[in-house]
Amino acid sequence: MNERKKKEKKMITDEKVLQVNNLQVSFRTYGGEVEAVRGVDFDLYKGETLAIVGESGCGKSVTSNAIMGLIPQPSGIIKNGNILFKGKDLTKMSKSQLRKIQGVDISMIFQDPMTALNPTLSIGEQLMEGLLTHKKIGKQEAKKKAIEMLKLVGISNPEERLKQFPHQFSGGMRQRIVIAIALICDPELLIADEPTTALDVTIQAQILELFEEIQQRKEISIILITHDLGVVAKIADRIAVMYAGKIVEIGNKREIFYTPEHPYTKGLLNSVPRLDLMEEELQPIEGTPPDLFSPPKGCPFTARCDYAMEVCDHVYPSTTKLSEAHGVNCWLQDDRAKVLLEEMTFGKEGILSSSLPAATDV
Amino acid sequence: MTKYIIKRFLMMIATIFIIATLTFVLMHSIPGSPFDDERTSNPTIQANLEKFYKLDEPMHIQYLYYLKSIVTFDFGPSIKKPNESVNELLARGFPISFELGMVTILVALLSGIILGTLAALRHNGIIDYLAMTFAVVGISVPNFVLATLLIQQVAVNLEWLPAATWSSPLHMILPTLALATGPTAIIARLTRSSMLEVLTQDYIKMARAKGLSPIRIVIRHALRNALMPVVTIMGTMLAGILTGTFVIEKIFAIPGMGKYFVESINNRDYPVIMGSTVFYSAFLVFMLFLVDIIYGLLDPRIKLHRKEGDA
Repeated sequence: MNERKKKEKKMITDEKVLQVNNLQVSFRTYGGEVEAVRGVDFDLYKGETLAIVGESGCGKSVTSNAIMGLIPQPSGIIKNGNILFKGKDLTKMSKSQLRKIQGVDISMIFQDPMTALNPTLSIGEQLMEGLLTHKKIGKQEAKKKAIEMLKLVGISNPEERLKQFPHQFSGGMRQRIVIAIALICDPELLIADEPTTALDVTIQAQILELFEEIQQRKEISIILITHDLGVVAKIADRIAVMYAGKIVEIGNKREIFYTPEHPYTKGLLNSVPRLDLMEEELQPIEGTPPDLFSPPKGCPFTARCDYAMEVCDHVYPSTTKLSEAHGVNCWLQDDRAKVLLEEMTFGKEGILSSSLPAATDV
Repeated sequence: MTKYIIKRFLMMIATIFIIATLTFVLMHSIPGSPFDDERTSNPTIQANLEKFYKLDEPMHIQYLYYLKSIVTFDFGPSIKKPNESVNELLARGFPISFELGMVTILVALLSGIILGTLAALRHNGIIDYLAMTFAVVGISVPNFVLATLLIQQVAVNLEWLPAATWSSPLHMILPTLALATGPTAIIARLTRSSMLEVLTQDYIKMARAKGLSPIRIVIRHALRNALMPVVTIMGTMLAGILTGTFVIEKIFAIPGMGKYFVESINNRDYPVIMGSTVFYSAFLVFMLFLVDIIYGLLDPRIKLHRKEGDA
């Protein structure tokens, strides 16, 4: 922890704002049950930015929706695990209890600012609404706060802008307003679900700077959901890499970028187009993610992994700690893999049932 | 806004003019004349009557007289009921038809929107299935069939409600029910489908993320957006309800405009046809104008007028 403090100028404390333990979320569909999130664990400290990265459908948005209490009912179910926000389990709360936290202590920024604002309500109404619902303040005071928020996110003429409607703003402006709405009740945790994906690059940079500025001022924790590693490099403190509903590698930004250990993380980093290398072609990760209707028993990345071993097919690897913050779920890093490999050579029978439970329990 | 209203007003006048001209042409191309029955068989009397009603003039002169009567809003006496002017007929009949129409629209809007919203919120639930079954039946059964059914069952067999006339609020129930069922069903279906779509929108998710109560989300965030298609069909629906009143009035013996309107066409009572058509089209055009204004109020993106500086 101290090490991180030195590296980053931001104030990150040891206080855990959020603890997610073995979170499992499934969706019932006509085709069967989709296991979207299959046991996710992570902690989030006060003042830090955790980026959750992964390709489409890896469960990163479902994870954030679960924290936000926005899993669509009745098809979505939290099957297992808990989400502790400052020690209180969000998954056990009633809807009305949750509403006292939603938008107040935890708030969310959505991907597409063009659709996240209600086209028929003025910006002012949408800004003040949360404030008036949750805090016992008058209209005048709410308006003052709304103007203050618009100033914070860099919108000029806030008094006049309050009366305007979303269609009178550009995309970047709208995302600023969405951010203002998310921050108006002074939340401790901000979940940003691909906040810059729908914006063009120059606006992206502005929005990311805004994030950094706000975090320094307000000391909030941010969960950043994205598949854009450029964004991650800019503002994340820690990175969790998700694949097929599981976190496969987690660590500090430097650890993930400079010493990635999971083949998937390596593949992700390799697939980023680079200007400094003279390669003409992109390097994609071959293959597609597994079908989450019936996820594989072992490591879900096996089918696409260049280093796959026999054991990968059968048992999901437990977390190997490489440093205090850096953890990876890969047999390549697991000492027992060598033992298992040896046993494998003697014959498959009996090995899976006799020697493996010890590995899965750890 | 004023500019828009003036523009709209001029367009309304043009519309009414076209309707009036069409009515005139149609009216005079129907074979027969108002004086076809036995009392006016004497040619001298007929000639005198035609002179009195200016029917002996050439067509284009008659047309000019007709236009004049529209501008001055004085359609003269009825041919069949010479002791009553068309204006008096309108003044007597229209308020009743208007009442029936307005009560019907209110009932249809309220129950349709509530039904549609509940169905959408309980998507694929029992309320949804019941509401949609009702909607299919409501759309398929014509109002005159429903009217006779209601009279037979509720009024004659059960004797719960009076069967005809328009003398007390109790009398209003059956005709309103008969007339409102179709529009209610249409509105319920529309509200449901657009509500279902709106509920999946990001801004609804965002409203939920704000920790707002479900009722507030539905009423403030969803309904307003979901009602746009309903407002859109309000115009045509109004026309449907107005013509529907003619039929329903006939069945329930309600002394509204419908009776005079239908009779006047059968009798070639030119002044009454002209008067009521022009009056009704003017009314309808005005209601459509109101609908457009409401449209603009509901959705700020719809610009009724162009202002400089707006993208």
